[in-house]
Amino acid sequence: MTVKKSYEEINQRIKEGKAVVVTAEEVIEIVKEKGVKEAVKSVDVVTTATFGPMCSTGAFLNFGHSDPPIRMSKVSLNHVPAYAGIAAVDAYIGATELSEDKGMEYGGAHVIQDLIDGKKVHLKASSYGTDCYPRMDIETYITKDSINQAYLYNPRNAYQNYGAAVNTSDRVIYTYMGVLQPRSGNITYCSAGELSPLLNDPYYRTIGIGTRIFLGGAVGHVAWEGTQHNPGKERGSNGVPMSNAGTLAVAGDLKDMNSKYIRAAVFEKYGATMYVGIGIPIPIIDEDMMEHVSVQNKDIYTDVIDYSVPKRNKPTFGKVSYQQLRSGFVEIDGKKIRTSPLSSLAKAREIADLLKEWINEGKFFVERPVQPLPSTAKPRSLEVIGKEE
Amino acid sequence: MKTKILLSFPKHLTGQPITYRLIKDFDLQINILRASIDYNVEGKLLLEIIGSEEMIDQAMQFLRDQGLRVELYEKRVIRNDDECIHCGACTAVCSAEALHFNPDTWKLEFDTEKCLVCGLCVTACPLRIIEVTL
Repeated sequence: MTVKKSYEEINQRIKEGKAVVVTAEEVIEIVKEKGVKEAVKSVDVVTTATFGPMCSTGAFLNFGHSDPPIRMSKVSLNHVPAYAGIAAVDAYIGATELSEDKGMEYGGAHVIQDLIDGKKVHLKASSYGTDCYPRMDIETYITKDSINQAYLYNPRNAYQNYGAAVNTSDRVIYTYMGVLQPRSGNITYCSAGELSPLLNDPYYRTIGIGTRIFLGGAVGHVAWEGTQHNPGKERGSNGVPMSNAGTLAVAGDLKDMNSKYIRAAVFEKYGATMYVGIGIPIPIIDEDMMEHVSVQNKDIYTDVIDYSVPKRNKPTFGKVSYQQLRSGFVEIDGKKIRTSPLSSLAKAREIADLLKEWINEGKFFVERPVQPLPSTAKPRSLEVIGKEE
Repeated sequence: MKTKILLSFPKHLTGQPITYRLIKDFDLQINILRASIDYNVEGKLLLEIIGSEEMIDQAMQFLRDQGLRVELYEKRVIRNDDECIHCGACTAVCSAEALHFNPDTWKLEFDTEKCLVCGLCVTACPLRIIEVTL
């Protein structure tokens, strides 16, 4: 007899304070000890988390109407341009947009963090003026509490795996994967590995559109498949993709967020980005799910990619496991290369523990996806063509 | 007593066995932390010296008498621990491994003894919470 549990049963147990919740790291020992079959009976929910730089992050804001009203066509926040080509006082501020006065040291991510921290943010907008919106300019200050909506909508977060980076050239290169030393001087990598959400649900059985998640300290949801979602990547026998594959678009209320779990960042000579903390509970609905969440770093592989080649398809140096990456060095062609992470495992653990606490306290329930993420999709590339081609 | 000193060699002293004299005459233990000497041009030598306070004082006087510029190297790297998110981007540039992870907690630790004050971590830190102070 195989054990199966419904979302309703699991939520009932959460409500009664009886649910057994462990993190995706803790579950590994439990499965080792008891075996999958017994572990399914005792564990209801496994929490996963990640805290890494996610450039595809931004916030929709609605400022409210001034008197006389303005249809803002150009908007800047603390001198960082926001996109205003939507309705009158709506705008989207993207994390990687750079400020017009401070350049790379301050960007959209910093504006978002300042709003989360409750700081006053300078708003400047202009317009061509219309009969219904006569005002042409406005300059004022806003806070998250003075405006109508402020919510994150991040088009691509929580990548299911990501290539590690190396630099075979003769000069230091500065990338979104950090500083890469010449002549393969170091390797950087960016994944929470065995704790990472989509690596614990490789076929997107429980994580889908509508899944309730932890986002930057607030409760959020998976809104859609992420951009560049690519489930068709080569997978290991455990089903785990061996390079960057699935992605999530997520949304959540900025007003409830805490900069302990979402932080603005600058990658030298690359630009601004945002560290985003995401936690996702995985309901253990059957043995198959238990098998997946017990995945270990030694069985999760990724490519080592040469970032010194400025092309779409960069050469790779084969696969390494996250156990090897976490050991502090990797051996490639007989050379020991130092490794360093870019995503914070300490923070990811903090988030997985916090989510566990929320569920244990009966404050957070698991949600059945209203629609699964696509299981097949082929990424397209951008070609330069003429109008008649 | 342990201290760090930065020696600047004028052109005519770049060929002198200064380190040898410090060890032999003043009984100092010397760690060369950074060295850049162009013979007959100029030179800089960052040393960690260990010895008695008296000997160190005498050695400093000797160096100055020789015509070297001696600066107590008090530049320090300071990391704002409270703001650190423990990502590890700084460890990519820290060849001295002063910035390193605790392998159990995966929290970043900073061993100031090992730090060479090269300053590469300042720009490698995505949160801009590392500074070099004088």
